[in-house]
Amino acid sequence: MAIRRGRGVAAINYPTGMNLGGDPTQALVHSTPTGNFMVTLSSVDLGQGLKQIMAQICAETIGVPTDRVIIDTADTDTGPHCMGTFASRGTHRAGNAVIQAAKEARQVMLEVAAEELEVNASDLETDGEGNILVKGAPQKSISIFDVALSAHFKRGRSISGRGMFLIPRSYPEKETGAMKPSTCYAHACTVAEVEVDNETGEVTVLMVKNIFEIGRALNPKMVEQQLVGGSWMGISHALYETTEPYYPNRDHGGTDFNQYLMPGPGDLAQTEIIVLERPSADGPYGAKGPGEMCANPQIPAVANAVFDAIGVRIDTLPITPERILRALKAQAAN
Amino acid sequence: MAKVPIQFTLNGSEKAEFVEGGTTLLHALRDKTGDTSPKGGCHQGTCGACSVIIDGELRLSCLTLAETCSGTDIQTTSGLAEAGVLHPLQRAFLDAFATQCGFCTPGMIMAAKVLLDHTPNPSREDVVEALSGNICRCTGYEPIIQAVLTAARANSQNAA
Repeated sequence: MAIRRGRGVAAINYPTGMNLGGDPTQALVHSTPTGNFMVTLSSVDLGQGLKQIMAQICAETIGVPTDRVIIDTADTDTGPHCMGTFASRGTHRAGNAVIQAAKEARQVMLEVAAEELEVNASDLETDGEGNILVKGAPQKSISIFDVALSAHFKRGRSISGRGMFLIPRSYPEKETGAMKPSTCYAHACTVAEVEVDNETGEVTVLMVKNIFEIGRALNPKMVEQQLVGGSWMGISHALYETTEPYYPNRDHGGTDFNQYLMPGPGDLAQTEIIVLERPSADGPYGAKGPGEMCANPQIPAVANAVFDAIGVRIDTLPITPERILRALKAQAAN
Repeated sequence: MAKVPIQFTLNGSEKAEFVEGGTTLLHALRDKTGDTSPKGGCHQGTCGACSVIIDGELRLSCLTLAETCSGTDIQTTSGLAEAGVLHPLQRAFLDAFATQCGFCTPGMIMAAKVLLDHTPNPSREDVVEALSGNICRCTGYEPIIQAVLTAARANSQNAA
């Protein structure tokens, strides 16, 4: 009986969004009278940072500082339709919708500015700091604050835009069954190193090294935050989490989150994260969905590392001490 | 049942409330004083989201009867910032991106504050031990551990 060490590797592709009856998200953008921009969405922020990312995307498209954008995700009954905040689709689907809405609002904003400055709208540009300038003659300018006031109180214009992003439903081809059920794949690879105690069946993940290819990281610190937490969740999927340890029998399943095991602060593997940025063609400013994919490659990597350590394949998750001991017993019997 | 009068200090302010017998401190803080920074996670003492500091000690407000708190000095995360300036722990949590959904954050910060009050220069193991009664399901804990270590360093530099 001994502690055995093993190393495993796994690579994954992971899609953004899903393919049920089509995958739409819509967005509305309008300016307040003082030239702030309101983005109305039904997509929600549950801690992953959707509001921050949507504010960045809207600000970048309209040409204003991010703090001039207000994100309203108040109510799925009254907001523009969103399929839902899941399947790593928030940044990609809602982001594309926000870009379209913000482009339309920007066009109206430039038209109002053109009337105020008595120039052609196509000769105008934004400075990203809240002003609209004549290209090549930046001394001729107007603040977006004044443009919004003019639109509201003088010109009777609504600086607003509608955005819609839809991935249409994909049906399988009759002859081959080929279809495109998902879009915009992110990629990841993990190397995991484990110790397995072949007397107790306990697995300790010593180290995981993860590489993630996630399109463009629109907010690198928030991406890192997702990936670090996700890597920990992947290890948790591999070794801890289940509601039915004897599925389909419910015996010994947890009855609430207190009994739903995940690694605590004393159980952390040494974790390394590397981000590769390959901007995606159809993503908002090149982004893909980094959300769920980051918790996937650790699972097969840990399973492979367990195999490397003790020579048995565990093909049911989570890889519990009981499953390891039963597998070792079966191996010895053969 | 007759209500019980209790008086305590909450983040430096005198409070006087009437509570029903058996009311938890968590309930009294959130629904009587309006301080919603302690969170009700499990309501059975396992998640740490309701952690507060009573007379300098870390306590689970969901398992503490409000009527036992008369005369005590209670601190919560909402009282940490002074004159709009964040406490070093709050600053460090923000800078380290140590919060996602945020539900565990006030309890984590309370646990970390008691640690740093008693152990100004903690080791990583000290931090892990101090946070081990608090559950987080977003971050993977590492950014939280780093934030506490960063706040400890900032404190010791300010003290020097």
